[in-house]
This record gives sequence, structure tokens and C-alpha cells, in this order.
Amino acid sequence: MQTEIVIAGFGGQGALFAGQILAFAAIDSGLDVTWMPSYGPEMRGGTANCTVVIADEEIGSPLVRHAKAAVVLNLPSLEKYEPLLAKDGVLIVNASLVNRSVTRSDVDGLLIPAQEIAETIGNRRLTNMVMLGALVQKLPVLPLKAIEDALNNHLPERHRRMLPSNLEALRQGAAYARGELKVEGVGLGALEPTETVAPTSV
Amino acid sequence: MTRELLEGNYAMAEAAVRAGVEAYFGYPITPQTEILEWMSHRMPEVGRAFLQAESEVAAINMLYGAACTGARVMSSSSSPGVSLMMEGLSYIAGTELPVVLIDVVRGGPGLGNIAPSQGDYNQIVHGGGHGDYFPIVLAPASVQEAIDLTVLAFDLAEKYRSLAFVMADGSVGQMMEPAELPEMRPVRKERPDWAVTGAVGRERRILSSIYLNVELEEKTNFRLLERWYEVEKNEIRYREYYLDDAEFVIVGFGTAGRIALSAVRAARAEGIKVGLLRPVTVSPFPAAQVAELAQKAQAMLVVEMNTGQMLNDVLRIVKGACPIEFYGRMGGVVPYPDEILNEIHRITREPVSPDGDPRLRWMQRFTPGRGQ
Amino acid sequence: MDTSVSTVKNQTVYIRPSALTDTPSHYCPGCTHGVAHRLIAEIFDEMGIREKVIGVAPVGCSVFAYNYFDTDFVEAAHGRAPAMATGIKRLLPDRVVFTYQGDGDLASIGMGEIMHAAGRGENITVIFINNAIYGMTGGQMAPTTLPGQKTSSSPSGRDVETMGFPIHMAEVLAKMEGSGYIVRRSLHDPKNIRLAKKAIRTAFEAQVRGLGFSMVELLSSCPSNWGITPLESLKWIEEKMVPVYPLEDFKVAPTLAGLKF
Repeated sequence: MQTEIVIAGFGGQGALFAGQILAFAAIDSGLDVTWMPSYGPEMRGGTANCTVVIADEEIGSPLVRHAKAAVVLNLPSLEKYEPLLAKDGVLIVNASLVNRSVTRSDVDGLLIPAQEIAETIGNRRLTNMVMLGALVQKLPVLPLKAIEDALNNHLPERHRRMLPSNLEALRQGAAYARGELKVEGVGLGALEPTETVAPTSV
Repeated sequence: MTRELLEGNYAMAEAAVRAGVEAYFGYPITPQTEILEWMSHRMPEVGRAFLQAESEVAAINMLYGAACTGARVMSSSSSPGVSLMMEGLSYIAGTELPVVLIDVVRGGPGLGNIAPSQGDYNQIVHGGGHGDYFPIVLAPASVQEAIDLTVLAFDLAEKYRSLAFVMADGSVGQMMEPAELPEMRPVRKERPDWAVTGAVGRERRILSSIYLNVELEEKTNFRLLERWYEVEKNEIRYREYYLDDAEFVIVGFGTAGRIALSAVRAARAEGIKVGLLRPVTVSPFPAAQVAELAQKAQAMLVVEMNTGQMLNDVLRIVKGACPIEFYGRMGGVVPYPDEILNEIHRITREPVSPDGDPRLRWMQRFTPGRGQ
Repeated sequence: MDTSVSTVKNQTVYIRPSALTDTPSHYCPGCTHGVAHRLIAEIFDEMGIREKVIGVAPVGCSVFAYNYFDTDFVEAAHGRAPAMATGIKRLLPDRVVFTYQGDGDLASIGMGEIMHAAGRGENITVIFINNAIYGMTGGQMAPTTLPGQKTSSSPSGRDVETMGFPIHMAEVLAKMEGSGYIVRRSLHDPKNIRLAKKAIRTAFEAQVRGLGFSMVELLSSCPSNWGITPLESLKWIEEKMVPVYPLEDFKVAPTLAGLKF
């Protein structure tokens, strides 16, 4: 059994870190995992993405053409990964920065105003965790508890004080995916990316 | 020890520290700079030598000097940097010194790019430096293997007074995977009987690669060759996947090999009897294993991230015993498993020509990336 | 009994330093490499450091320097001796590590390595033989070749318009903050040889004291490739080279200034 997840966005949106938390959760759950980043010029201000492969046996390729899930944090990533997603795949879209809906009907798409949710919790940098919470709600690869434990165990020491808000972001993302969280007065593309924040990495 | 999520470059660097490396000299170049960075804090922390050299040329010659003292030493670089080191590597080979070099291969030729590639196979395996020498070349496909082979490289380098390369690619270097680091080994205190350490209470020693007397140089060449046959006898390593009943065989090393594994699994799920041989030592090459597989295979598929540099070795070994096809991606493009699965479908559904040039056939049928 | 006569008779006035091996030299007649070798070996004896010395030989006429010193030695690639010495010194900081390099090796192909060794203040000693020509390959233009000097690759004389100017390594390296002792001496007569010996001694003392990079540039002769006799060569150093390459102390760490040997 193997599951592949692509997480993509602008550099600084925490795509790589979200992938690492997913990878930590997989290891701590006794699974095999690979985390493969895009690296090089694009990580210095452009797009950043990583592919996480989770399996219960030795993993072959760390990259796949058609991933089972894609977490897209901005419009260019939606344009790139929606057509590539496997049939019946899960597509989590950061509606805060995207001005269109999911066009494919053969995938399970979720538009989530992740950045607004993160801002109501208190920090835009939590967008990646809101998205991750929504992903694990939609994709039965790892339970939310495993992600929470991974954050608890692997959040870098200098960010420890951010742990409660990170956990809250995960839970609100999952709640939104379950239809239990309503966010008032936001629509597609309500926000523009105004700044690139320093990437959070392990 | 427990499995941790480790990036390949950091993992190789820390593995070297735990294997007791006493000196590291290097120069920044993507995609392996994390090795240099890790060493820059880790080596002083454990009281060992670290120096960022002014160039790869200087780095390899610092390594040359350090190796003369009989200490366990290493450097790391990526393709263009390794090209610059070739002169020094030849001198090191000619002086019969144990040295470990990690090459995290990137797209080329020239400045190329920083994406994963296997374009250094010929440069590393078949020389690149001048003269007759035979390096040991280990090709990891995962972070765990990168750790294990880094440690092994030191042991083999010292056992055979040889160059030992860990030839990874940008994918292995940048990827994170769960892996287990070895226990910290104590630094080896004793020095070999050839080491230059100051002639205290003994005859002076000279380490050199110069033999103006041609008979002596020829003798040295024979010594290196004889030693190489010992390496070939003792040190061939490879991984086999689904080969027991395989009618079709894929050969691929490093990242190309592990990507092929995904394709093999997908083909097996369709009932296709295909297996994979992944050379772990690409030098010495598992020639006997490839030859034996060729005897029973209906066809063989060589997969690489270059123009078929290892393909030449496979063709030489198989000698027409079975038809061979080739599939490669180049210039930093990493193949997806479905590309290799397509090739498996092709060789199992259509007869493969036993004649002709597999590389030419691949080039003619390959359209993506050729600008059409 | 009068013993004064026999005492005089047995007095030793000249002996091979114990740090020099009993090996016939391959250098040309009249070449001053032999003088430089002897001075270095005498200093090893006087300082009692022979067993601690590790030498690094270059590529050039002195490629076989290791045959003549009874010390551990390694042979570097062309120009890379300072890098190799760095590798050795970093692992064996209590040994005395020196390179012996010619002008092509040090100032041409090895310019990067020598500059950075000095820049790092690498605690090694460099003996730099400047004879204004490539000796081993048969007399081609060197980076130190004098303006107008004829060589086999500057047959009409070094034209500074197209072939550039001589490089003054001692002056250049003295500017590096990491250097502790940088001087130029000459081997063209006994007085200058004595001064050269004192400088080489000081350079090794600098290393033993951990004062950083030390170099003695020695103006040397190459009668074979200059195409003149050994005696004329010595005169040529004095009259042609010294005016271009002044014999000066370019950098002397303060603690070295008062050393008496």
C-alpha cells in the first residue's frame, strides 16, 4: 500500500515543513516514507514543493507523476497539479489565494480559506497546518492524532511556543473539511499574497 | 539506535563523522553543500580537522596531504567540482592512498544544472583522471544506503589503499528518509607503516606518484591491477528484486534503480514476470550476475539518468546473450515510474531486436524533451 | 708533547649535515638549488628538528628534493604543495611542515594555493626558489622572468606589453594578514648565502613559534637555461635580478625581530 502527496506553494508558505511533519508522523506510525523537495533556485523566492511517499514496504521512486493527493497553497500550484492528480485523488486548495474552483469532477476537491482561518487563530504562517489538517481529514493515510504527535515531537525548539496554535490550526483545518467550521464573509481569492515570510524548516 | 528522518547529505556527513573521519576539506557546490556545512560545525565539535578550501583543486590536494599522514580523510563535491579534482585523484591513486570522496552528481555537461543526474558514471567509474587506476565506486539509492556505504567506503579504501567514491545523485543528497546512523566509532589511533608522520626513530618515508624509471612505473601499474582483481573477487555488492522467476530483467543503479523498482512492482501487479538487479558497487561491477541473468532473460532493460554510460558495460558483459533495450533521462530530468512501466510493456509485448544499438533505438523513439 | 699541530690537522671545516642524505645531486653544475638544500639541512641539524620535519616537494627541477633530505617527504602535484602542506599540518600541527617550490610552481600554476595558504596564516614554511625561468622544461618564460629577458618561449625578450610584468611574490604575500615572516634573499655570494641561512632559520623558528605563514624567496641561478657560465650566472643575479627583486624584509613578526642564533 502506497500513498503519494504533493504539497506546493510559494517559498515561505511552509509547504516543505508541512511535508516534513507528515513524514515524521509516518515514521512514528511505523511506516516507511520519503520526503523529496524541489531544491535549487526555485526555493529562493519562487515556488516550493515536496513529494511525500508513505508506504508499508520499501519505497521505490520518491517521485510519481500522478500523486494520490495534492495540497496546493497558491494558484500556480493548482494549475500545475490539478491535471496531474490521480483519478479519485484528494485535492486541497487554499481558497484564500486562488480565484477559481476545482475543475476536475473525478477528484475529491476541497476549497478551504486556509489563510483566513490561520489569521483568526493569530498567524498567517499557520496556513500550512490548516491545510495539513484538512488533508488528513480527507485522505485516510494517517490519523490527525499522528500529525499532532509529530508536531509535538518534532517542532523545532525555537518554535515551541507556537505548538498550541499549530495544533489549533490542524484541528480547525480538519473541522473545516468535516463541514463543522464556517468561515464568514470570505470567498475565492479574497487575499493576495502580500509578503513572503521566512520558511519554517526542521 | 532508532530510525530518524534524515536528509541524505547530512546523513552521509554524520555517517563519516561516526566512522571516525579525521579531516574534511571541501568547497561549496550544490547539491551537496549541506555536507560541507554539517562538517563545518561537527568536525570542530569532535576535535577534528575541517577546512573550507579556496577551490576544489585545493581541497583535493589538502586531502592528498592529509591522507599521507595515514589518517581517515574525505571530501565531497558535485560533478563540476569533481572534474576539477580529477588531477588530484589521479595523484592519490598513483600514490596508493586511501581516500573517500562523495560525488552528489548533478546535470551536465558544463555548468549544467543542480538537478539529480547519473552523468558522472564514466568520469568516476572509468577514470577521468589520467593513467591506469581502478576506483571503488558505491552507488546508494536511499538515505540508509548512503549512510552504510559512506562507512563502508572508508573500510574499503583502507583495506585496498584505494580511492573509494560514494556516487550519489542530487535526489539521494536532498531527500529525507527514515534511516539509522551507526554508533560512533573511536578514531583509529594507529597509523599504517607507510604513513608520513615525521621520521622519529625510524627510516624516512617518501610518498610520491612519480616513477621516472619506466620499469618501476609498470610494476606499480601491475600492483594496482592485481589489487583491483582482489577487489573484484571480494567486494561486489548488488540488490536483487523479484529475480527468481523473472523473464525480463531491469538493470539500474542508484536513484534510477529505485525508480525502476516502482515500475517492476506495478508490472508484477499486472502479472508480468519482471525483476530488477540494482548494482550497489558499480565498480567493481556485478558482471557475473548480469551475465547469468542474461542467460535466462527474454530481454533486458537498462535504465539510467544519463545517455547509457553503464549500458556500455552491460553490453560488453552480456555479449548478445539476450536482447537489450535502454531507457534514459538526462540533464537532471528524473524519470517517473510510469515511463519505465511503459518500457516494460513494450519489451514484453513486442520482440526486442538482438542486433543494433539500443541507445540509438531509444533516441529514435524518445520524443519528450527533444524539442519537437 | 706539542699537540697543537695535530689538533689543527683534525679540525673539521666542512661536513655533510646529517639531515642531508648521501646522494649525488641531479642538479646542473652551478645551480644554486644545492646551496639552498644544504642551508635548509644545516638548519634542521642546528634546530634538532630533523625527525619532526615533513617536506613537500614541487614539480619543477626540485621535484626530487625528497631524495636529498633525510626527513619524511611527499611529492605534490604542480603548484599544489601549499594545499598538500595544509592537509598535513592540520592533522599534525606539532610537526614542522615546509614546501620547496620554484617560480613556475609557486607563482604561476600554484598562485591560488600560495595566496590562500598565506591568507589563512597557515603555519607552514615556504622556500621559494626564484630563478626567473622554467628550468625543468628547458628554459621557458616564468612569471618572474625579467622584462626583456630572453627565454625559449620569449625569444625576443619578455615584452611587458604582451607578456606582462614580473610578479613580486614576497611583496604580495607580505600584504596578507596571515603571514608572519616574508623576506627575500639571494644565493649569489657567501655574504648573501649567510644572510639567506639566517632568514631560513628565522622562517622555521616562526613556524615553531606558531607565527603563521613564513616564506623566504631566494634569488637563484640557472646557468643551463640562462645560457651562461655558473660564475656569470652569479653576477647576473647581482646585476640584473637584485635591482628588480630587492633583498628586503617585507614582513617580520615583532617577536622574531630580536632572535639570535
